[in-house]
Amino acid sequence: MNQSAQRILNNPKFQELVAKRSAFAWTLSIAMLVIYFGFILLVAFGKTFLGTPIGSGVTTWGIPVGVFTIVSAFILTGIYVYRANGEFDELNRQILEESK
Amino acid sequence: MIRAATTRIAAPAAALAAMAGALVPASAYAAAVEGPVTKQATNWSAIIMFLIFVLLTLGITFWAARRTKSAKDFYAAGGGITGFQNGLAIAGDYMSAASFLGIAGLVYANGFDGLIFSVGWLVGWPIILFLIAERLRNLGKYTFADVASYRFQQTPIRTLSACGSLATVTFYLIAQMVGAGKLIQLLFGLDYLVAVIIVGVLMIGYVTFGGMLATTWVQIIKAVMLLSGASFMAFMILAKFGFSPEAMFKAAVDIHPKGLAIMSPGALISDPISAISLGMALMFGTAGLPHILMRFFTVADAKEARKSVFYATGFIGYFYILTFIIGFGAILMILAPDATGAYPFLTAAPAAGAKAVIANVIGGTNMAAIHTAHAVGGDLFYGFISAVAFATILAVVAGLTLAGASAVSHDLYASVFAKGRVNEADEIRVSKITTVVIGILSIVLGIAFENQNVAFMVGLAFVIAASANFPILLMSMFWNKMTTRGAVIGGTLGLVSAVTMLVLGPTVWKAVLGNPAALFPYDNPGLFSIIIAFVGIWFFSITDNSAQAQKERKDFEAQYIRSQTGLGAEGASAH
Repeated sequence: MNQSAQRILNNPKFQELVAKRSAFAWTLSIAMLVIYFGFILLVAFGKTFLGTPIGSGVTTWGIPVGVFTIVSAFILTGIYVYRANGEFDELNRQILEESK
Repeated sequence: MIRAATTRIAAPAAALAAMAGALVPASAYAAAVEGPVTKQATNWSAIIMFLIFVLLTLGITFWAARRTKSAKDFYAAGGGITGFQNGLAIAGDYMSAASFLGIAGLVYANGFDGLIFSVGWLVGWPIILFLIAERLRNLGKYTFADVASYRFQQTPIRTLSACGSLATVTFYLIAQMVGAGKLIQLLFGLDYLVAVIIVGVLMIGYVTFGGMLATTWVQIIKAVMLLSGASFMAFMILAKFGFSPEAMFKAAVDIHPKGLAIMSPGALISDPISAISLGMALMFGTAGLPHILMRFFTVADAKEARKSVFYATGFIGYFYILTFIIGFGAILMILAPDATGAYPFLTAAPAAGAKAVIANVIGGTNMAAIHTAHAVGGDLFYGFISAVAFATILAVVAGLTLAGASAVSHDLYASVFAKGRVNEADEIRVSKITTVVIGILSIVLGIAFENQNVAFMVGLAFVIAASANFPILLMSMFWNKMTTRGAVIGGTLGLVSAVTMLVLGPTVWKAVLGNPAALFPYDNPGLFSIIIAFVGIWFFSITDNSAQAQKERKDFEAQYIRSQTGLGAEGASAH
């Protein structure tokens, strides 16, 4: 391992970055998996619920639930990119700077 | 391979039956049009618009060729693509003709069920972003094998990764070529043979001369065309109902033979094992497709790589919502009489008092979106959408071909055969020769498979990507105890088990080979083959105590630091 890498490894900011970013990434991943497999399990076991009309119309609960799943994917990526490209990248920049 | 004696699914009635029944998971990945189709009258407005697209893209190829000098330019567009552009290009790679026509057709035939697939295709993207994208960008150079083999013995890992890439690319390409031929026959009134040759020749041109830069821009242009066309259609459909989805759904329920059933999940997903297995193959397959993974090396750094996925997820999600609306629009345009009381898109008008038959749509259910374009936008717009469908196939095959050529030139030739002692010019030359070979091969395969049912092949590509490429890639980045032996044995087990279970399953064993019963019960083996690959990697790594294995474990730390911080990562080239 070269010197820069060794300095990074010894930098507490690196441990902080990795811990924070991993926790954040896994939390969001689990959120996505729960939403998606929740949807799939509803499709497999909750057909009646998804097929129930909202109010007096023909639009069923399945429509907003499906659209929510799609939109949630976009929102979750947005949340991650916002924090990773701001807070985490700033921390990363400092770590690289201090390793020189 | 599949023997000539296979039983074909007679389209469109059987294809529809397949869609409604157990075969759906496979046919949802299907090529654009299944079964025999009749050649239509020559469609001049479509041909002229397609020619404009071709001229524009050839102009871009010419421009790109002059800027493509180094290997980095050829494989990764010099690393100078922005996050937004790459997001559009990724979305372009993903929004294939199959997903546009296939999902709209599925919604037309089954309603709500189409949405289940859209969701499955999309949710892999956030996971790619959270867990893979930036590490991949920080570690890699041109191909995903660069990352997978980072601290391991180059020869075995690169060979296996190249096999995984080539298998994925080949099956995907066959499906696209056959789909292209049939679609073009239907839309343009050109011969199947002519269509396949046009696609093959153009893709060779884009890739050999313009490399990744041309391929990316072809993809971006096509993505913009497809998104604008689909937006216009959805707008026109909603406008007819005063922008009230409820009014649109109401009209569709009144006219569809399945009535209110189109508003709830149907028979599409019957048991949770199939559902989860399909979900896993879609999710992890996306993260193992070589032409998609290559896109992450075209941007400058991890920041842009993250932005790419954000934009791509937005565009793809938006596109799937549009296809859902277009599918409902298709119900209303095709199954209801027009202003003169005629049914222009059905082979037979319904009897008085009866509802129209879904399967009577001209050209089969996958043509639903195209007919809808005709109904809402007239001949000119119909020509535009036809040209977009052709452009879509062309762009996707160009990306696939580049990925296949890179696996041969960068992984097999430069790393395995020449052991890294190779100059850039030679490597690029091998890549270009391979592109020509893949192009010719795909024309030949396109012709050979003209009358075969190739619907399962995209499914096969996804399952291989999910079971062989993805586990090695993920574990190499996340698990410090992985060794070369574990990766090779685990990856091979994933590859072999995926192909075996798929061939023995209902999709191939029963539907394609015509046997009475499948030997493996599920359409999609993803759940099992992915687990087999991960367990294989784990077991054969922890039991590996060779000196090589000790060294590989020790090297993880340096790789880890680079993957997290980008220390020493490939930058963008100067120009």
